[in-house]
Amino acid sequence: MSNVFRAEGLGKTYPGVRANDDVSFAVEAGEIHALLGENGAGKSTLVKMIYGLVRPDEGRMALLGTPYAPHDPRAARAAGVAMVFQHFSLFDALTVAENIALGMENPPPRAELARRIAELSQGYGLPLNPARRIAALSAGERQRVEILRCLLQNPRLLIMDEPTSVLTPQEAEILFATLRQLAEAGTAILYISHKLEEIRSHCDRATILRQGKVVGTVDPRAHSARELAAMMVGAEMRLVDRSGRKPGAPVLEVRGLSTADGEGVALKDIALSLRTGEILGIGGVAGNGQEELLSALSGETATTPGTVLLEGRDLSAAGPEARRRAGLLAAPEDRLGHAAVPEFSLAENTLLTAGTRQGLIRKGLIDRKAATAFAQQVIRAFDVRTPGPGTAAGALSGGNLQKFVIGREVLGRPRALVVNQPTWGVDAGAAAAIRQALLDLAAQGAGLIVNSQDLDELLELSDRFCALNQGRLSAPRPTEGLTVEEIGLMLGGAHGMEVAHVPA
Amino acid sequence: MMIDPLSVFILLLGAATPILFAGLGELVVERAGVLNLGVEGMMIGGALAGFAVAHASGSTALGFLAAAIAGAALSMIFAVLTQFLLSNQVATGLALTLFGLGLTAMFGKPYEGMKAPAMMPGPLGLNWMIWLGIALVPLVWWFLARAQPGLILRAVGENHDAAHGLGYPVRRVRILAIGFGGALAGMGGAYISIATVLQWTEGMTAGAGWIALAIVVFAQWNPWGVLAGAWLFGGVTVLQLRLQAAGVAVPVQLLSMAPYLATIIVLVLISARQKFGRSGGAAAPGSLGRPFHALR
Repeated sequence: MSNVFRAEGLGKTYPGVRANDDVSFAVEAGEIHALLGENGAGKSTLVKMIYGLVRPDEGRMALLGTPYAPHDPRAARAAGVAMVFQHFSLFDALTVAENIALGMENPPPRAELARRIAELSQGYGLPLNPARRIAALSAGERQRVEILRCLLQNPRLLIMDEPTSVLTPQEAEILFATLRQLAEAGTAILYISHKLEEIRSHCDRATILRQGKVVGTVDPRAHSARELAAMMVGAEMRLVDRSGRKPGAPVLEVRGLSTADGEGVALKDIALSLRTGEILGIGGVAGNGQEELLSALSGETATTPGTVLLEGRDLSAAGPEARRRAGLLAAPEDRLGHAAVPEFSLAENTLLTAGTRQGLIRKGLIDRKAATAFAQQVIRAFDVRTPGPGTAAGALSGGNLQKFVIGREVLGRPRALVVNQPTWGVDAGAAAAIRQALLDLAAQGAGLIVNSQDLDELLELSDRFCALNQGRLSAPRPTEGLTVEEIGLMLGGAHGMEVAHVPA
Repeated sequence: MMIDPLSVFILLLGAATPILFAGLGELVVERAGVLNLGVEGMMIGGALAGFAVAHASGSTALGFLAAAIAGAALSMIFAVLTQFLLSNQVATGLALTLFGLGLTAMFGKPYEGMKAPAMMPGPLGLNWMIWLGIALVPLVWWFLARAQPGLILRAVGENHDAAHGLGYPVRRVRILAIGFGGALAGMGGAYISIATVLQWTEGMTAGAGWIALAIVVFAQWNPWGVLAGAWLFGGVTVLQLRLQAAGVAVPVQLLSMAPYLATIIVLVLISARQKFGRSGGAAAPGSLGRPFHALR
């Protein structure tokens, strides 16, 4: 009877997609059970069915041995299922206490609720002030709110949807300590992730999904990350080839770059020197100045004279188009809206950044044939799955559009390229292809700056590593021999979280 | 020239009441994340329906009830279009205003020149609609700030995806809020025809719905701010009428402009304060005006 939750033959079909097909697995009391799969493998659909957000087309679920078919999340919560969402489901303008009350069936009066929040948050080492507004909290603190909201219901099954994507490695350790403590108290935990190392070190069992089907349930500790990845992807992972790069003369120099306080984070006295053939990795938790750095380098934000130099030429006063002409290109992380216009066709999107460099615009007139040919070239070289250059950018899946956007810049023969989150939201196969393209570009003698939250990716790609923390860039360190723990400390450690105490 | 402050204040309360009703209604709608620009259309609908029923029955209370129903009915057109058919809220709201103005111009013809029955006087010689309007302010505030359904309404307006994720019926909450806003707009409109002008004229709301919309922004989505805004607007209206009557040497057209001008100036000042000042971010609901579509 140790099964807390059991799914038998669950299936769900969306127009054109079989999201889940005959999914069966069980989660036992006191275990941390991982749900592993690529983007689009059906993890989200599966947990939405368990949480009552989506109704399965076929199959059965059972909770604590009784049939379970929630028709909405409130029914799921009443039955003892709680969920921490990947994209926080919090209300910025409301207080911590109000947010928690919204997630409860029968919230107690305010004073009583505030007391229980304070009590529980101390017990789990997750300090929180119930009267603060969510807007004023950090990502780690917001997640604490989500977790506390769940814990106040004494759930039997706790679902965590990619909870560590917004945390530093140290914060993630604290989260796992809390989860372990909960599991020991008998809660079953369903943990969704595609971070293999994390699952191998913290989870008891792992159910692997591929294209909506269960590949198998395994003990993650008994398999290597490579074996798990192979099960996820269904093929052996290709190892990236790092050979053939020789760092040469400095190509991009940044000196004393600061930006004004604005909407986001202000950059503070950034200095870096990028050499030809080199990849400089910049790590950091989102919202620490990554987008601002890209804008300052691409020319979207004005920079003070003498701060940005490409091959000795001062480009600080130049706008984005002039910088592109000089050979400084950029690929922002927000694909729809920033990197591409969703309503434009792929051919039209090439004109946005490659217009003059590729000779697609001459004397102010668009050469449509050349634009279509260049789009076709990007599609072929980067294996973009699309009917053709006439397709609207918005019609492509996230991963395919990412390949297109990166490909557009890589084929633009940059002298220096700045890329933010190159493989964010891209499946493992496409991610490997994008990484290889970036390495090849460096091998041909370009200098690259890669901003990423994926530390494994940075370790794989970069020659030197810097941390970006609240607008400040650390001194670069060679990647060779750098451990994830050291990187975590460079990223600012645990941001004031404490390790869990024993609950009262 | 003599302007007695007390009599000006009493007149101010009357002039503020239509905007107070419409503004409070729109505030609730916007706190639920819906931008309904059809306030003017719902007000004029309420003005005609209220006047017609009050005239036929001789009861102003029945008139206001009919106005609330008419306003709510008009708002349901907006609700169906925006919540089920996911039409653009701005365009639909504008269309509702034009629709209301046109519809009442047609059906209102027979009522032109007729007189409204007298309002029942309430305490202190002020009619009971003025009292009801003032009483609604703390009620709406309490509902939004303290009651659980109000918290859910704010949650839906703040982040509809998260509210849906927690299992709250986003669409139902919004439709109820739109209906409430329509009913209050209708009553506000009827106050103009039944209690202020005492007859029906085509287009008689004369932009009051737009002032109400502006006042919600002025109020930073806070009911007490709506009261302050309505009084400010009412005050300027009464003052300019008094100045006209006193024969001040300022062109009448300029004086008539004053209330609208005051609204614009206040809005500019508030936006300036938000942009350059310390008020720390706008108070607008996070999902305001965004369509919601849940995948099942």
